[in-house]
Amino acid sequence: MKLYLKIWRQFDTSSKGEMVDYEIDNVSEHMSFLEMLDLLNESLIHKKERVIEFDHDCREGICGQCGVMIDGRAHGPLKNTTTCQLHMRSFKDGDTIYIEPFRAKAFPVLRDLKIDRSAFDKIITAGGFIGASTGQAPEANSIPISYETAEASFDAAACIGCGACVATCKNASAALFTGAKITHLALLPQGKIEASKRVLTMVQQMDAEGFGNCSDTRACEIECPQGISILSIAKMNAEYTKALIFRK
Amino acid sequence: MIDSKIPEGPLAEKWSHYKAKAKLVNPANRKKLNIIVVGTGLAGASCAASLAEQGYNIKSFCFQDSARRAHSVAAQGGVNAAKNYKNDGDSTFRMFYDTIKGGDFRSREANVYRLAECSAHLIDHAVAQGVPFAREYAGYLNNRSFGGVQVSRTFYARGQTGQQLLLGAYQALLRQVSLGKVDLNTRHEMLELVVIDGKAKGIIARNLETGAIERHAADAVVLASGGYGKVYYLSTLAMGCNSSAIWRAHKKGAFMAGVSWIQFHPTSLPQHGENQSKLTLMSESLRNDGRIWVPKTAADDRNPNIIPEEERDYYLERKYPSFGNLAPRDISSRAAKEQIDAGHGVGPMKNAIYLDFSDAIKAQGKDKIEAKYSNLFAMYEKITGINAYKEPMLISPSAHFTMGGLWVDYELMTTIPGLFALGEANFADHGANRLGANSLLQACVDGYFIAPYTIPNYLSGELNAPKIDTSHPAFEEAEKTVQSQLNRFLSSKGTLSTDYFHKKIGRLLYEKCGLSRSKEKLEQALEEIKILKASFEKDLLITGDNKLNSELEKAGRIADYIELAELMCHDALQREESCGAHFREEYQTPDGEAVRNDADFCYVSAWEWKGKEQPPELHKEPLVFESVELAVRSYK
Repeated sequence: MKLYLKIWRQFDTSSKGEMVDYEIDNVSEHMSFLEMLDLLNESLIHKKERVIEFDHDCREGICGQCGVMIDGRAHGPLKNTTTCQLHMRSFKDGDTIYIEPFRAKAFPVLRDLKIDRSAFDKIITAGGFIGASTGQAPEANSIPISYETAEASFDAAACIGCGACVATCKNASAALFTGAKITHLALLPQGKIEASKRVLTMVQQMDAEGFGNCSDTRACEIECPQGISILSIAKMNAEYTKALIFRK
Repeated sequence: MIDSKIPEGPLAEKWSHYKAKAKLVNPANRKKLNIIVVGTGLAGASCAASLAEQGYNIKSFCFQDSARRAHSVAAQGGVNAAKNYKNDGDSTFRMFYDTIKGGDFRSREANVYRLAECSAHLIDHAVAQGVPFAREYAGYLNNRSFGGVQVSRTFYARGQTGQQLLLGAYQALLRQVSLGKVDLNTRHEMLELVVIDGKAKGIIARNLETGAIERHAADAVVLASGGYGKVYYLSTLAMGCNSSAIWRAHKKGAFMAGVSWIQFHPTSLPQHGENQSKLTLMSESLRNDGRIWVPKTAADDRNPNIIPEEERDYYLERKYPSFGNLAPRDISSRAAKEQIDAGHGVGPMKNAIYLDFSDAIKAQGKDKIEAKYSNLFAMYEKITGINAYKEPMLISPSAHFTMGGLWVDYELMTTIPGLFALGEANFADHGANRLGANSLLQACVDGYFIAPYTIPNYLSGELNAPKIDTSHPAFEEAEKTVQSQLNRFLSSKGTLSTDYFHKKIGRLLYEKCGLSRSKEKLEQALEEIKILKASFEKDLLITGDNKLNSELEKAGRIADYIELAELMCHDALQREESCGAHFREEYQTPDGEAVRNDADFCYVSAWEWKGKEQPPELHKEPLVFESVELAVRSYK
């Protein structure tokens, strides 16, 4: 099929970007979206032009490094699907596709479609862990964890840190990302001891990074490739309130 | 002569003896010592975090935009541990034996035993970190069985075990970042190792965001940069996986071992076209219920559902009746290739075989199959558009895991003092074939439990060594080498892209140094690589600037891959036997089974770089088996 692409090009963080038109032919429906971009880049190299920079790595939907806005939707039209797992059979011959980076104040554009998501790492650094040093662990079965608790904890822990939740939110809020980590750890007995301290420092860092507030639009949950529930945000809020009340 | 430094004493006591006698560094002195760790996957992140917890200063590097993205994240199935929670006869020794046998008796007894010995405590540690492993209703840890073994020892977190273990290690790493003990450098790529007076003392790294070339000095350097299966271009690996860190260390004097031992995973999705970049893996667990077959008639184009039972060849069940569809990976992959090469391949490119669930659905009901594999069936449909409940899956073998890597001794130190290699980057524990769910284990055990003993043992001798400054001439020279290569790429005047060369070298290796090899094919491959090398020098075209430029990043990796490919062919050519993933067509039984030659090849091949125009030099580390009998590895 033949496609008309409008792609965001931006030289670096301080430059002004713009949408640039490209045409691409011979796209097979079996190609992934990123393979379509590979093909376009190959043609740019033959014209001696600079390639379109985009982030990607595993191309199987788990590393969380890829992610662009496709026709205004984070990771494109399919549910629970990262950009790398989207295939061209979701488009048809003659379509025009708009491709832009994930946009948020906390995610500055580095070049073209590549963005800086280190703000997420900083939120985790602020407390998204259990302070168990190597060597301290007791026998694994000494703390039974119910099947339901382990499964609920896993549901939140499945977050891949791609940033689709932020990109799709009108407030550019990182509440789903932060809430997912808080939920994962707070549900487990091992994580409960530091739960109050954790939620306060992580939320403080989230605000300091320039993410917006959550206003419960649920857009994040709809676009999340891992289907993380907004109940994680409710859990974060509950943990936060509890921590404030019992703060010493 | 290379010294593997295996401790004295009975097998089961070697590691305890080592730990009891290893030299220590006083807590007050640890903060005077700096360690560089390249890679933030399971091996790198766990090692960096554990050493930082002890008090050393760590500089950690990864090329991804976040430490959490390293390719350990993609492992699906699970992690093995000899916990014997199922009371089904598991033990450290049994796990050791399964792993040694699985590796076709081409790994070191002492290393493998230690891997099994440390496995149980890894599960304890991961649970303490908050890894949400699967649980039984009573709250105890669940586990399951995996290919090549007869006990249940695989712990898992749905189909995302690698992700969950990695997040545990990543969080431990970031905790040390918050405490100021780890300086984490993301979007950085190591491009040179700095060796001073024969010891590893630093690296040259490129900041991939700004293009800046940076010098970093340390008292020891750890490479945990993963495997190089991506050399085949089409593989199950991430696009960025590369051999550059270990290859550049190799060129500085570190030996490479078992270089051509690459595992082809039997259940990946087949290639569908020329522009494909990646072969997605479908978990091995599918082989528990799926039956593998091809049409008996070559080039049979009919829809699989109308091919009658008597015209189907369930070749794994036919050839290996006792293991059937669960035969180990190397055997299953090779058998698939045999069928495809004989013209029985199916699918649009005739490069696949069928993995059929219709009998399992008939016997157990669709609900049961759905409960076990719904995420995999959904993924299959997402990628191929085919509903595997109605039609058999098309699958094909794909380059997956490198058993080979930098040669290391028992302390995980390479032939360059002060340079350590961990996880898939070293050659150590899997012999000529890795068992499923042992790679997550090895990466974790290396990083959490082994390097934190062996690196201090080395560092205790470095405490009084003069501190190296990055103005040292060795840094100057290493930086110049890096800069001149980058300049050469940026001024390239050819017409061909990096991907063109990557696909070329991948195709060449797949055909001549892949699932099966022969003297004739390998000698041809060596000639063709020479031609490709020359073409790469003159025909490459890199566009863009010296700042953020993915084409420039790829160019260095491809240059290294081409040289690595040459060594892989030398390694495969020299080893005149078939063992594990290394199948030489000349050495097989009349019915096509591998023939190992213990009399002449019971050793590790460790290769030394002798310069661009020189052939590599082989060093042999004899493998001595004291606790197991060398047996023919049969799964019939």
